Amino acid sequence: MSVQDLVVRTQKWTKVQPWRLYGSQVSVLVRNEVRRNLFTRRRIGIYLLALLPVLMILAHVIFDRRNVNPAQIEEDTQVLAGIVQLYYFRLGIFFACMAIFTWLFRGEMVERTLHYQFLVPVRREVLVVGKFLAGALIAIALFETAVLACFYFMYSRFGTAGKSYVFDGPGLAQLGSYLLVTALACLGYGAVFLAFSLLFKNPIIPGVVIMGWEAIAPIFPAWAQRLSITFYLKHLCPVPLPIRGPLAIFTVVSEPVSPFIAVLGLLCLTIAILALSCFLIHRMEITYTAD
Amino acid sequence: MTPDARQIVFENVSKFYGEVLGVNKVSFSLEPGITSLVGPNGSGKTTLMNLLTGLIKPSQGAISVLGLTPQQPIEFFRQVGYCTQFDSFPPGTNGYDFIYWPLRLHGFAGDQAKKLTNEALERAGMAQVAQRKVAGYSKGMRQRIRLAQAIAHHPSVLVLDEPLNGLDPMARSESIALFESIAKQGMHVIISSHILEEVDRISDRVVLMSSGYVVAEGQIHDVRREVRDHPMQILVQCSNPSRLAAAAFELDHVVEAKMLSDGHGVLVRTRDAEQFYLLLNKIVSSGLVEVDAVAPADDDVNSIYQYLIGSEGGPA
Repeated sequence: MSVQDLVVRTQKWTKVQPWRLYGSQVSVLVRNEVRRNLFTRRRIGIYLLALLPVLMILAHVIFDRRNVNPAQIEEDTQVLAGIVQLYYFRLGIFFACMAIFTWLFRGEMVERTLHYQFLVPVRREVLVVGKFLAGALIAIALFETAVLACFYFMYSRFGTAGKSYVFDGPGLAQLGSYLLVTALACLGYGAVFLAFSLLFKNPIIPGVVIMGWEAIAPIFPAWAQRLSITFYLKHLCPVPLPIRGPLAIFTVVSEPVSPFIAVLGLLCLTIAILALSCFLIHRMEITYTAD
Repeated sequence: MTPDARQIVFENVSKFYGEVLGVNKVSFSLEPGITSLVGPNGSGKTTLMNLLTGLIKPSQGAISVLGLTPQQPIEFFRQVGYCTQFDSFPPGTNGYDFIYWPLRLHGFAGDQAKKLTNEALERAGMAQVAQRKVAGYSKGMRQRIRLAQAIAHHPSVLVLDEPLNGLDPMARSESIALFESIAKQGMHVIISSHILEEVDRISDRVVLMSSGYVVAEGQIHDVRREVRDHPMQILVQCSNPSRLAAAAFELDHVVEAKMLSDGHGVLVRTRDAEQFYLLLNKIVSSGLVEVDAVAPADDDVNSIYQYLIGSEGGPA
């Protein structure tokens, strides 16, 4: 087949089957972004954010190996809940998503390579979806691995009792919930930071505002709490954490939300923010000198 | 096919960066062939190319390329290839991947993209170094790999921002031959360049720009004819130059007739070239003068550039 025939044939099928084209474009974009963003020196900070609790638990396992008491399982379950809800959701995943997702477009502006993405026959919405999925894949892979490792080290030190807690008790269900919530947190925060990178030249300041909002959202009325990511995540966590500290007296306890509504609510919020990003990307221009 | 479906059309296009003017009220339409954008630094050439390819949006006016706009990216970027001036590449990429993966985004299957990649690398003379990281390329190689990417999908419109910058003379002449062969296939090639001699040799038409405005636009000879403030220079190599010079001086529109130092010709400056050519015909047919060669001496982009923009064309 001549090169001209090849070009014409490809143009024909992509016209007839646009969704197949979008699918193949998304897979190429995801592949390129993952390759470009996962194994780079720039990501060392994110790996540390994800692995810090794992290292701490590992240190606890090593240095406290003589004081293993099966009665501590309940206490360690609370510690694990604290690590996931207070460290990962509020700090680790938050900052990692800020670094990963704001870099997807803003980073290409800084490196002056975004024009290559704008000069190919790819709809800008497809570009947003491809980059978002790549970022989500990186964040989810990293933090699911970290949560899994935390869980393993936390219970493996109890030997048979730990095994029994995981496989015959509530352990496995808790692990499933943590993995689900971690993935949802990556998607939710990812969508927010992707939109910020398209809205602001410096997304760090609005990122700090969001962090503040997520921290104080519980003192607002229930309807306002629904606009925060942690509202949905909290209701999906298998082990509730008691509210302590000065904020406890101001906290408005919202009605429990069913897991189905929480997952759906978070996914709807993510899709709505992604739709906003798809709108924003159309306004974007290549003016590297201005950035 | 409607005329618009073959043309590139700018309709009253302006672009402002805040309060800074990029280009102002640009209107023209281009037929297939080689078009050169000529103008000093900051005249708006790159802005015009970025507008054409949708990298920036016009503040007002409309642009269409073969009846398409960048708002239809799938159809548009199948037809358009743009070799920008931005000398930056995705980190860690090699020459082959730099061409292969964008082709996959066009919808080409792996083996097809491979075939087109190899063809583009051959055409740009980069096949031997394709597996090397782009970061290790020389400036000329980086220029050529960008060119290879721009032509890999066989676009109908090729936009080239300073494509000859950094190329050695051999690569320059190969690139020019490539542009000419693409234009001969009925495609658009739009080039911005400071190297006016080379642009002049290959261009079918020229768009002269200065301070964001299109100063002149059209076929080079037509544009030259429009520049009435500067008399045209015609070089006549002949056997009896003094006789010719004397006859020329009898015409009102001839402002100067200068004998060449070798004594075998005369340089005439006239405000009406057509009338001068008629006179020349008469003199030749009367047998008073034997003409060896007649050629316009300032009917080129460089002279037009100097007359209209007022600075010497040459490498920036």
